[in-house]
Amino acid sequence: MAEVSGRILQAAAPERSTWIDWLRGSALVRKVLVLVLLAAVWEAAARFSAQPILFPSFLETARAFIEALLKENLLSASWTSLSVLIKGYVIAIAGAFVFVSLAMASRFVRELLQTLISMFNPLPAIALLPVAMLWFGLGETSLLVVLVHAVLWPFALATLSGFDGVPETQRLVGRNYGLRGPAYVVRILIPAALPSILYGMKIAWAFAWRTLIAAELVFGVSSSNGGLGWFIFRNRNELFTDKVFAGLAMVIIIGLVVEGILFRIVETVTVRRWGMQR
Amino acid sequence: MLARDPVASTVFEVDRLTLDYPSAKGPVRAVEDVSFEVAGGERLVLLGPSGCGKSSILKAVAGFLKPASGAIRMHGQPVRGPGPDRIVVFQEFDQLLPWKTVRQNVEFPLRLAGRLSRAEVRERADSALRKVGLARVLDSFPHTLSGGMKQRAAIARALVTDADVLLMDEPFAALDAMTRSQLQRDLLELAEEIGFTLLFVTHSIEEAILIGTRLHLLSPHPGRTITSLSTAEFGYADLGSRRLETLSREVHDILFSRQPAQEEALHG
Repeated sequence: MAEVSGRILQAAAPERSTWIDWLRGSALVRKVLVLVLLAAVWEAAARFSAQPILFPSFLETARAFIEALLKENLLSASWTSLSVLIKGYVIAIAGAFVFVSLAMASRFVRELLQTLISMFNPLPAIALLPVAMLWFGLGETSLLVVLVHAVLWPFALATLSGFDGVPETQRLVGRNYGLRGPAYVVRILIPAALPSILYGMKIAWAFAWRTLIAAELVFGVSSSNGGLGWFIFRNRNELFTDKVFAGLAMVIIIGLVVEGILFRIVETVTVRRWGMQR
Repeated sequence: MLARDPVASTVFEVDRLTLDYPSAKGPVRAVEDVSFEVAGGERLVLLGPSGCGKSSILKAVAGFLKPASGAIRMHGQPVRGPGPDRIVVFQEFDQLLPWKTVRQNVEFPLRLAGRLSRAEVRERADSALRKVGLARVLDSFPHTLSGGMKQRAAIARALVTDADVLLMDEPFAALDAMTRSQLQRDLLELAEEIGFTLLFVTHSIEEAILIGTRLHLLSPHPGRTITSLSTAEFGYADLGSRRLETLSREVHDILFSRQPAQEEALHG
């Protein structure tokens, strides 16, 4: 009976059913639904526990977030963190490219790189912070050292395995046209290994972001203007828990934007368009 | 049978070439004491069963493999490494660079050579792609093409260059039978129209006779020269003819029926 009425409904309202299908098929709608659900659970749990100092609700956090954006330095703190992060990230990525390219040319450098990766990749970047502070003092340099360490090794590992995985035929094509040295790396190896390189950049980004916020929490303020970690730390000391949550939300939002939008766009116009990644 | 046009000059020669492959138990001999010359406009086909080292010879001519002994000379100069004077068409479909469109792939060797202006590069690439019948997919990326179209694009990429010789390593082996025979016919037409010099590797006797003006037959383990014969008078029109069938049979017998016992029986 249900089957029959279902069929009649479909026949009678085909437009409505395609609209529902679209809703069901849309990844964006699904994601928004998940987020709304999580927010509702959070709100309910916070109201049930009724201890706003320890556990502010979703709405309180949202209010604190907007307030911190408009009236306090949440935005500039985020920018301080991001600018340090980008500096360290770019230095490390550029260094890794040079290092890995040399490793492709020389067996000794390859051995050296592989040894360094297996030594340093498992070492949490934050564990280097005390030494960095001892050597370079409380300042941006120490943050950069830790960041470069967080990015360099995982990215070098992904890039090296990407270069190693370039199909033999494409290498031979490059050599056939007389490409050697840096030109060979730039014109053949890097584009051919781009899926692995982008993967490495994503991993490295996540490591760097985590490391930086943790370092700022330990470190506090590095210049006149503190970063996001400092924002969180300062508000915790004053027991503005809703603002602590707002800072954490900012950390999550920036992470999501970079991973879900920025890297997504880069992948769409490169490796997905080229059929190198589905 | 071995007579050649005396006017055409030698483009490259392989002189007593021996090739070794490294293996866990020491070097393994792939090719032993193989010699041949190829004149301008000639299409030499290396033919033999798997294990005869035909692809290794082609890789050595391309400069990817170093000879254990013997020499390869282009216009009298020894080959020292890979170079754009010898463009290779591979068997694998992934020889097109996936991050470039069909047109960019074909333009790539010309861009690298850097002798032509942008407009000239484009014009030559487009004309080569028209010749191989790919005018409609200029701006497509390789992953959207069929296997046959990919091989056509690779051939166009070889044609645009000023290479002295084109080296084709079983370019049609991974294609289905219908596409393969279509591409054989088109390659033959292009060869007659343009007159490029070609070194072609295959294990298909029929393909060898159709494509080549001369066959160089090799025995396996290690690859040694059996004999060399001219097939210049065979064209696509001979496909299915008794003449071609007879020659195929003969070549087959030379390649596979040379067991010592039979030879003794023949001589006895």
